[in-house]
Amino acid sequence: MANKLHFSLVSPARELFSGEVDHVIAPGSEGEFGVLANHAPFMTTLKNGVVRVLEGDTVKMRIFVRGGFADVTAEGLTILAEEARMLDKLKVEDVQKELDETLLKIQSLDKGDTAKLALQEHYDYLESLKAAMVH
Amino acid sequence: MPSLKDLKNRISSVKSTRKITKAMQMVAAAKLKRAQEAATAARPYAERMASVLANLSASAGAGGPKLLTGTGEDKTHLIVVLTAERGLAGGFNTYVVKLAKQKIGELRAEGKTVKILTVGKKGREQLSREYGDLIVNHIDLSGVKGGDFSESAISLGKLLTHEFEAGEFDVATLIYSQFVNVLSQLPTAQQLIPASAPEDAETVDLGNALYIYEPSEEAILETLLPRYINTQILSAILESAAGEQASRMTAMDNATNNAGEMIDSLSLQYNRARQAQITKELIEIISGAEAL
Repeated sequence: MANKLHFSLVSPARELFSGEVDHVIAPGSEGEFGVLANHAPFMTTLKNGVVRVLEGDTVKMRIFVRGGFADVTAEGLTILAEEARMLDKLKVEDVQKELDETLLKIQSLDKGDTAKLALQEHYDYLESLKAAMVH
Repeated sequence: MPSLKDLKNRISSVKSTRKITKAMQMVAAAKLKRAQEAATAARPYAERMASVLANLSASAGAGGPKLLTGTGEDKTHLIVVLTAERGLAGGFNTYVVKLAKQKIGELRAEGKTVKILTVGKKGREQLSREYGDLIVNHIDLSGVKGGDFSESAISLGKLLTHEFEAGEFDVATLIYSQFVNVLSQLPTAQQLIPASAPEDAETVDLGNALYIYEPSEEAILETLLPRYINTQILSAILESAAGEQASRMTAMDNATNNAGEMIDSLSLQYNRARQAQITKELIEIISGAEAL
């Protein structure tokens, strides 16, 4: 079909999605943006948030990404995410469990530990992931 | 001529060795499958990253950040040698170390200062004999569980960019074993810093269209480059892990076959010795009876 957008989402661990879609809405660092077929070349960094894939007017898939890049070329949209999870396959309880574990780890570390900063970042990420799921 | 008992002992010891090598081969085969899957799964990301970087650096020109353009000097080289944590993998570690030594030799002949950072115990062991004073740092991967190397890759990447910005070295080269297929692993030297997009990375021809950058081209490059370096390190670690298992599997398969051959020839020797003894005893009985 002529007016389909080729969209692929890859994380360092694997390729999560690759295929033809109508419309993708992604959380750019300067604000959310939508990409349709034949978009002008565009590149941006992403913030933590939900990437929504639309088929017509219905949301077909929601993927939570943690930072990364979006690259729009004539060939389509590529999202390189630091970490990505399919929202529809996640359970709130699992995320909550991970949150609690991370919090325990943070508390067990001394102040000024570099690992603590990384964990804190991970904690914030999980929080926003949980928030995205509740909505 | 070894006695029957000696032969029997040797046969049983070779048999238990064969059991061990067979078990190691099967373990390596199972691990190889997982490691290979991880390495293939990580490829799309690395490839896309390379083509994004190629697009960007083509338009960035000479005014890019230091990580891309270099310090402008070429005096101090950091060689990152990536090997396995364990031995018994055929020539796997030796080949990587051999390439590293060759590279170090070349650089020193050109009068450059060389620093070595080893990742993996085996590389450090082999290199410290000759170049012990050059090794500035060592990273241990043995604590990594379940083949999840992303954290180690990120921390190594951070360490490298940090040291680069502190002026500790001008060029960083990663030496690792590339996984071609199960039978062949190719020791490869790859320049990490200054970063360069691989020549075969596909760039998209935009015609006359101009890229729109958000927030700005420089800001994107600045966040992209450290990640690009991390990605390269991660995929190198994954390839090396797959190669290690493949190499161990082949080596242990050979060892198992050799042990089998050895058992055959020892059994033959054992049977001959046993027959000889029986014959000897018969002769003794017969000649004893004739003497009566």
